Amino acid sequence: MKKFTYTEKKDTRSGFGAGLLDIGKKNPNVVALCADLTGSLKMDAFEKEFPERFIQCGIAEANMIGVAAGLTIGGKIPFTGTFANFSTGRVYDQIRQSVAYSNKNVKICASHAGLTLGEDGATHQILEDIGLMKMLPGMTVICPCDYNQTKAATIALEKHVGPAYLRFGRPAVPNFTDAATPFEIGKAQILTEGKDVSIFATGHLVWKAIEACEILEAKGISCELINIHTIKPLDEKAILASVRKTKCVVTAEEHQRNGGLGDSIAQLLSKEFPVPIEMVAVNDSFGESGTPSELMTKYGIDTPNVVSAVEKVLMRK
Amino acid sequence: MSISSIAFSNEIRKAVLKMVFEANASHIGGALSMTDLLAVLYSEILNINPKNPLDESRDRFLLSKGHACTGLYAALALKGFFDLKELDSYSKNGSMLLSHTNHKAPGVELSTGSLGHALPVACGIALAAKRKNKAFKTYCLLSDGELDEGSNWEAILFAPQHRLNNLIAIVDYNKIQSFGLVKEVLDLDPLNRKFESFNWNVIEIDGHNHDQIFEAFGKAKANLIKPSVIIAHTVKGKGVDFMENKLLWHYKSPSLEQYRQALEQLNSQ
Ligand SMILES: [Mg+2]
Repeated sequence: MKKFTYTEKKDTRSGFGAGLLDIGKKNPNVVALCADLTGSLKMDAFEKEFPERFIQCGIAEANMIGVAAGLTIGGKIPFTGTFANFSTGRVYDQIRQSVAYSNKNVKICASHAGLTLGEDGATHQILEDIGLMKMLPGMTVICPCDYNQTKAATIALEKHVGPAYLRFGRPAVPNFTDAATPFEIGKAQILTEGKDVSIFATGHLVWKAIEACEILEAKGISCELINIHTIKPLDEKAILASVRKTKCVVTAEEHQRNGGLGDSIAQLLSKEFPVPIEMVAVNDSFGESGTPSELMTKYGIDTPNVVSAVEKVLMRK
Repeated sequence: MSISSIAFSNEIRKAVLKMVFEANASHIGGALSMTDLLAVLYSEILNINPKNPLDESRDRFLLSKGHACTGLYAALALKGFFDLKELDSYSKNGSMLLSHTNHKAPGVELSTGSLGHALPVACGIALAAKRKNKAFKTYCLLSDGELDEGSNWEAILFAPQHRLNNLIAIVDYNKIQSFGLVKEVLDLDPLNRKFESFNWNVIEIDGHNHDQIFEAFGKAKANLIKPSVIIAHTVKGKGVDFMENKLLWHYKSPSLEQYRQALEQLNSQ
């Protein structure tokens, strides 16, 4: 398989901050809103460079979403920033009525998603946000895998028209994708080709899946690994092409099994090309405090879980 | 204007009554309580053009109490934003006139229904106008009951912080909400002092007196420092004596006999 290396670990939220600054310089219509988490969302550089285009909303997320919807008049492109929990569950009705149904060009950017925010614990570790957002008609849902890709996804959103949800996280993770690769919304990224099993991973689980592929290769198993950075719209063509070749699937994500990426893929395959599937995801549970790595192990979304899911699905093939 | 605001309000009331009766719909009480406010806004205040409803320089009017949409639809149709015949389709399958305020109808700025949404959006519009040095004003009409929603109070904090002197909120204070008196469900009193303490310019009026309504908008527009709120004391079901101040008429739809009786009263006003 193709070899993946990285020179440093970086947090995906910093990729968002860098991308936001970049499009802020390019397009005067880009505005940013934050609910008193400027530092956590890495929006400080944008605030410093463009104070007139940065709107501090205070810890009042419902109002922030409404203000963003209102700001879209005259072609402004609002990017809201707060934790994933407060970006989705807390303001779901605001997003549903004033953004999605009204088809406003609001970009909802959410950090600290999933278990890997670590010590802050269950109240903050939202594992339901992808499901909530993908259910909304017309909503685009993006979950990039590393710093470079989060930056590229943020930049891509400037040209994208329509409501979108961008999910990223807190910890430093391997920054392995090529900074020069442009980000195409809705286009799956084939990381390595293989013939025995298709692995579809998203977000922080992409690197875990790379580690799993290396372990499996040593055992003589050839994995095809595809990064599904856009969960909606799903790249059905790429998924089906891969599965028609390998005839079995493992999905991997930092999210509840219910409503996540695995759910979307299972729905597609049950209709178009039914094959055995194993899902690496959190199994109907809330998180707790701990280091990101402790929690990923405890809740079954670490590298060994991807390895055993592949071994299991191959037995069912 | 070809007709005075008072005659206009009577036309709105009759259209509201007909729509609610024919669709066997709800929320006539809250539509009638805000009718005079709408009539003055749409005949005297709002800078809008029915022939060019998306003109960038237009004033924005957002109806936050989306359930009272019949009043807004009637005002828009009477102003020529769309054909009066469209009102006959109200609430029917396939109609652009859904039974909660819908942006598919020309002249409607925002879909509303779930409460407490429009004031935050109005803040965003007003902020965009200020940043772009646009002179238009943003108006947002709220019910008293929906001031229970915390999202409104987030916006009420936000507007003075961002010096939104181009934002005018109007509260249709008819003292009745879905299933009880505001005082009994979740009391808002003293509403004027609440807004004052949040640093708003507060104007309190009789929401059925057209001169007072007109003057209030003048005062609100003249305040160059703060966002303004017009607390309009109103009567739920205003204009039809057996509906006035009756909780029943939040949800009830009139029978044929009640419809005829109500129409007769409105025809003689
Ligand atoms: Mg009321």
